[in-house]
Amino acid sequence: MYDFEIERPGNVADAVKALGQEDAQPLSGGQTLIPTLKARLAMPSVLVSLAGIDELKGVEMRDGALWIGGGTTHATVMREAADSYPALASLAARIGDPAVRNRGTIGGSLANNDPSACYPAGALASGATIETDRREIAADDYFQGMFTTALEEGEIVTGVRFPIPQAAHYEKFIQPASRFPLVAAFVARFDSHVRVAITGASNEGVFRWREAEAALGATFAASALDGLTLDGGEMISDLHGSGAYRAHLCGVMTRRAVQSIV
Amino acid sequence: MTQVKMTVNGKPASGEVEGRTLLVHFLRDDLELTGTHVGCDTSQCGACVVHVNGNAVKACTMFAVEADGAEVDTIEGQAAPDGTLNTIQQAFQDHHGLQCGFCTPGMVMSAAALLKENPKPSEAEVRHYLDGNICRCTGYHNIVKAIMAASGQEVSALAAE
Ligand SMILES: Cc1cc2nc3c(=O)[nH]c(=O)nc-3n(C[C@H](O)[C@H](O)[C@H](O)COP(=O)(O)OP(=O)(O)OC[C@H]3O[C@@H](n4cnc5c(N)ncnc54)[C@H](O)[C@@H]3O)c2cc1C
Ligand code: FES
Ligand code: FES
Repeated sequence: MYDFEIERPGNVADAVKALGQEDAQPLSGGQTLIPTLKARLAMPSVLVSLAGIDELKGVEMRDGALWIGGGTTHATVMREAADSYPALASLAARIGDPAVRNRGTIGGSLANNDPSACYPAGALASGATIETDRREIAADDYFQGMFTTALEEGEIVTGVRFPIPQAAHYEKFIQPASRFPLVAAFVARFDSHVRVAITGASNEGVFRWREAEAALGATFAASALDGLTLDGGEMISDLHGSGAYRAHLCGVMTRRAVQSIV
Repeated sequence: MTQVKMTVNGKPASGEVEGRTLLVHFLRDDLELTGTHVGCDTSQCGACVVHVNGNAVKACTMFAVEADGAEVDTIEGQAAPDGTLNTIQQAFQDHHGLQCGFCTPGMVMSAAALLKENPKPSEAEVRHYLDGNICRCTGYHNIVKAIMAASGQEVSALAAE
């Protein structure tokens, strides 16, 4: 790793101020950033640790939606969202392994927007709102392609608000070496509509499968997806699976998610 | 350099670290607690698992500065001061849960975290919990058996997968 300083502010205002320094970057659970630093793929001069900021932590109901603080670990979401939003708790429970879940946070996951990460699918399918130190961003506007989000330089994800669907399910086809999904689908059924988000598949990162949403909105059954296909030419193709294979898995994962709900 | 203070295996420990000093290097190089191993250094293998404030974490993927003020437990703190192994360690020995022993400190610390959360795990739960701990020798079976035995469960009939 290149050398850097670590600052440990106690509140969001001080963290934002510290992030105003040249080449400063937030550090949350470090489960993505530390390996990146070791590989010398990032060269910050200052890391601003968010771990000591209590206002970034918590899981609670606010105005009918589930609010999760940006600095909340996957392990905490797994435990504390189990009653209010079981599908999201189950997503958190399957991220990585126990040690990763004890450090990694929802804010870090959403800020990173890895094309195979779990939370982006949960946030996009739920129609969540990303709260930052300066504004609120709808999930539909937040995810802007692989490792790209609407966040500005130095902007901190302070929380995420999840509307709670009538029923939902996250179906993850695990890539056992990395423990990330190879492909995963999050299906959320609301009173008046259905949202489907796919991760691990597209070169553009997480996306909504709108044809599937329309079909499931009309008839909520796995058979409604019959005949719907995605274009493997636009999918990630690597040693773990071709684009065509991933496109096929999108259908299988979505079907299984629907079957778990009905 | 930053001064850090923590409680390691119940005793106060302190030292000067750089921002980039990993917890595992502070433990191994500064405190000379070399039981915590570095297998992969990429957050994959779990050889470096220690407990920070009671939670299992990978010490290769946490900065020492972030453990300032924390309670840290490592493999060195598991046996009694006279060297008597704790229940989990003894079960690893009894059930041949190790061969080369490289993964063992992380396995024992992960097992301790599991049994604290779930005192009587099923075989499937043990295997799932060890997702982040890699062993290149044993084929895992005897590790799973040792952890089941340490939780007081009958393991003689546990068949190899
Ligand atoms: C072995 C292993 C397995 C994993 N498996 C999975 C998996 O199955 N599914 C999955 O989704 N993920 C997985 N992960 C990734 C894990 O979920 C990470 O915890 C997560 O992606 C990043 O969160 P973090 O808190 O560790 O962020 P960090 O690593 O601290 O930061 C990541 C990035 O986000 C920025 N950042 C952090 N917090 C904020 C914030 N609040 N506001 C703005 N920017 C911020 C940082 O500057 C950095 O660029 C795995 C990781 C490992 C090591
Ligand atoms: S050395 Fe830390 S996970 Fe392998
Ligand atoms: S006993 Fe050799 S790696 Fe596990």
